Amino acid sequence: MIEFHLDTRSGVAPYLQLIHQVRHALRLDLLREGEQLPTVKEVSAALAINPNTVLKAYRELEYQQLVAARPGRGTFVTGTLDGPLLAAQEPLRRELVRWLGKARRSGLDEESIEALFLATFRSTASSEEDIA
Amino acid sequence: MTALHASGLGKRYRQRWALSDCSLQIPAGRVAGLVGPNGAGKSTLLNLAVGLLAPDAGTVTVLDGQPGSGPAQLAKVGFVAQDTPVYAGLSVADHLRLGGHLNPGWDAAYAQRRIEHLSLDPAQKAGKLSGGQKAQLALTLALAKRPRLLILDEPVASLDPLARREFLSDLMAAVAEHEVSVILSSHLVSDLERVCDYLVVLAASRVQIAGDVDALIASHHRLIGPRRDPATLPSDQLVIQGSHTDRQSTLIVQTRHPVLDPAWTVEQLNLEDLVLAYMSQAANGHDRARPVLEVQR
Repeated sequence: MIEFHLDTRSGVAPYLQLIHQVRHALRLDLLREGEQLPTVKEVSAALAINPNTVLKAYRELEYQQLVAARPGRGTFVTGTLDGPLLAAQEPLRRELVRWLGKARRSGLDEESIEALFLATFRSTASSEEDIA
Repeated sequence: MTALHASGLGKRYRQRWALSDCSLQIPAGRVAGLVGPNGAGKSTLLNLAVGLLAPDAGTVTVLDGQPGSGPAQLAKVGFVAQDTPVYAGLSVADHLRLGGHLNPGWDAAYAQRRIEHLSLDPAQKAGKLSGGQKAQLALTLALAKRPRLLILDEPVASLDPLARREFLSDLMAAVAEHEVSVILSSHLVSDLERVCDYLVVLAASRVQIAGDVDALIASHHRLIGPRRDPATLPSDQLVIQGSHTDRQSTLIVQTRHPVLDPAWTVEQLNLEDLVLAYMSQAANGHDRARPVLEVQR
């Protein structure tokens, strides 16, 4: 079962953090179809967090068709996020490693590389409008 | 159904208005945080809501009833006053017996379970309990009467970080289990950030802003850009706070619409930034006294 945590300094709304953690666990195969998410009460108590926040996250995950609530039993994983995505990761990673090597050879330090990556990532992300 | 509905509510101590022109509608089913500097009127508002004080102006209704109007109203509301008072000379078991005698809807089994869960010794005198244990005992009494609304005045202010976390964790579990509405006050924004989904900022004896936390966060932004006169902003952008250097302006604005002007770098605010912006606005509007907000992380 997944265990949630909260980063209060990140500035990301807590319900979004919960959603990200479920999606992340699905992507890394730490959470599989049929498995149960902790109950709203368990998450509220464990994180000292408002139950409505947990409900909101679970509803959003339901809307994304990743989980389903079974009345009286809990919330269960129904979807997956792997498949073609996972297969495409390795070649992309190798390309990124090559790119990083090139950036270092061009004399960029770690900070500049990170800034360049983030700035490019953000500018393309906002133009393609596909975040979640 | 509203948990608390205040309209033009005011309370005066001699010449000084501790709370004035307070109009609020806190929906039921929420955990509402009441935040503001010391002396802002938080305790006054909560005491008016439970009927321990009578208003000098306006009206307040709690769960559609008048505070302190009779046994039915008292049964609906659980109240833990500031510093979570307990009877020092009575044992933990005495407190539960007293609770059972005084409350018609008393859930003795629940109270017993909670005392065991907290590993409190029933024979222990309440005066000998730690601060965290006293707070938990007071919360147990308030929850075991099975209220529909729980009002807590600075419940965790005097607790160490671990006891504070345990208290809020138990409170959230109770909210999830019994669907009780909660109004709690704190001068620490960090206490409220996780637990509240509704926020009321009280400063200088007035409500500065109130609303759903996510909606508040979504409608406030920090704009950073070349120096600019705030008066030239679009009319839907309301400036809460602004500071300027020779070349740069940093503004906190409230707006329902996205900020499209490319001159601005737009940043999201967290709850603490938002509360601080409203509190300093209140302070600047009222004889420039600086509010005392303790920010703990």
